[in-house]
Amino acid sequence: MHFLKLISRNTLRHKLRTGLTVLGLVVAILAFGLLRTVVDAWYAGAENASSTRLVTRSSISLVFQLPINYQERIRKIPGVSAISHANWFGGVYITEKNFFPQFAVDGKTYFDLYPEYLILPAEMKAFRIDRKGCVIGRKLADTYGFKVGDTIPLRGTIYPGAWSFTVRAIYDGAEAGTDTSQLFFHWDYLNETLKKTIARRSNHVGVYIIQISDADRAAEISTEIDALFRNSLAETLTETEKAFQLGFVAMTEAIVVAIRIVSFVVIFIILAVMANTMAMTARERIREYATLKALGFGPRFLTGLIYGESLAIALAGAVIGILLTFPIAHAFSKQVGTLFPVFSVSLETVFMQVAAAIAVGFIAAVMPALRASQVSIVEGLRHIG
Amino acid sequence: MENASKSIVEIRQLTKSYRRGGQTVPVLTNISFDIMPGDFIALMGPSGSGKSTLLNLIAGIDKPDSGSLKVNGIDIAALSEAELADWRAANVGFIFQFYNLMPVLTAFENVELPLLLTTLSRSQRQERVELALSMVGLTDRMAHYPSELSGGQQQRVAIARAFITDPLILVADEPTGDLDRVSADDILRMLARLNSEMGKTIIMVTHDPHAAKSAHSIRHLEKGELDVTSER
Repeated sequence: MHFLKLISRNTLRHKLRTGLTVLGLVVAILAFGLLRTVVDAWYAGAENASSTRLVTRSSISLVFQLPINYQERIRKIPGVSAISHANWFGGVYITEKNFFPQFAVDGKTYFDLYPEYLILPAEMKAFRIDRKGCVIGRKLADTYGFKVGDTIPLRGTIYPGAWSFTVRAIYDGAEAGTDTSQLFFHWDYLNETLKKTIARRSNHVGVYIIQISDADRAAEISTEIDALFRNSLAETLTETEKAFQLGFVAMTEAIVVAIRIVSFVVIFIILAVMANTMAMTARERIREYATLKALGFGPRFLTGLIYGESLAIALAGAVIGILLTFPIAHAFSKQVGTLFPVFSVSLETVFMQVAAAIAVGFIAAVMPALRASQVSIVEGLRHIG
Repeated sequence: MENASKSIVEIRQLTKSYRRGGQTVPVLTNISFDIMPGDFIALMGPSGSGKSTLLNLIAGIDKPDSGSLKVNGIDIAALSEAELADWRAANVGFIFQFYNLMPVLTAFENVELPLLLTTLSRSQRQERVELALSMVGLTDRMAHYPSELSGGQQQRVAIARAFITDPLILVADEPTGDLDRVSADDILRMLARLNSEMGKTIIMVTHDPHAAKSAHSIRHLEKGELDVTSER
């Protein structure tokens, strides 16, 4: 009882110093949480990828496309249960900063492969019968205020020209991590337009999405698909959807690594601040520690007091920092719009924040606790704090 | 040599030196004397004479280089740090010049502190602390923090803390050194009462001849050696 009383009262002994240290911890834990969430957002596509979906693309580069007639040949491979295709469209909505992903997809089959996109049957029906219709995600709709029936004009970049699509359906995500910032329209519409404008680019798709019945056979089926088109004009590279998504992340890996490093640098800086606070605190109290020792209290009691105080400050900062992470992450997510399709603070991030705070509290107390436990009573009693 | 068989503190050929700037500085040289139960001894001498060092050795917060130091028959120089801590908790009450109270604890909690190392229940502790504080005349100041008390009152709290565990000896290092004359007399009267009414053995270091008069005997230290013994 007295032990906890001593810890709590010692913690609040220098209110300004403790307050500023806690403030520093709050900022550090908050920054750490937000940076970890940015890293998570980077990997969100890969994390939410299905293990039973494969992606086949040109073996040279994504820039090169594959003939549409590959679809039926792939479908015949044993183990393939369904197949669809998609083209990255890359259109601009008003200005370049309004980025969101757009895909030309096979409207008849694509959504059967993505059960995580929840679409009302009536809206799906409306999309399928409207060649210029599109399906958009809830986050995209909320960001720009799109409603069913609205027209979305896009300026083509990969496929030049002015394009417009009518919103026929808005999908929700089955899970929190489902990307709902995308727009899908009919590949048929794109292909027919290309036949009239750039005929040589028609009848091609960017990627094939292949549903397989057995996830354990992914490698085997991928090899079979690629073998089928070996030595052709358009050789393929087939990989799991997760590997495909990680390929995109790898292109920007330097940024992700930098963010990761910065997140730990932030923690290291607050560790230095916290260690300094605890060192000052312990130095000032050397005479008290010596008195307690003279009275018969052992080194374990003294180190307990220092570790307790350090952890109390660290956890106070962690609790406030974690509580602030959620609203600030939400506000950040709104600010960046559809740049990060999924931007939510994960439980793992919260655990890491708590772990970082405990580590800071613990490490910062090591040297002061060691000094207090080793201080000679005679020297300590002479100490002027 | 006094009657060593009945002494509570038995010091023989005690030597202590410190290392300063690479040199060994002798502080106490071949000190031998005894303190009898119920004694009230004043240790006097100029600064650097070794009186505080001698007090620290008797209190078990420092260790001699050689010689023997027995308190109630126990050779405390031979005890380990952990054994010494337990021994101090049970046998020594400390009174410091600057009181050394915990600033974040009230007068009550400061006095209760040494009892946390005992097996007493909460209610037993409360009873003892209230009695101790009433004996030093601070019943109405129990809930006050040290910063809310005068120097004299803080020293009275420290005295209550020193005798709360009913220790074998009380060691006081310049207990009146930071006090005005009135408060100092008050503290000296209190120590005299503890000695006469409760039979506490008190060893007090002081510079002040007036304070030393409260003791039964005065031991003078000069350059680490016991100089003159005067009994009153």
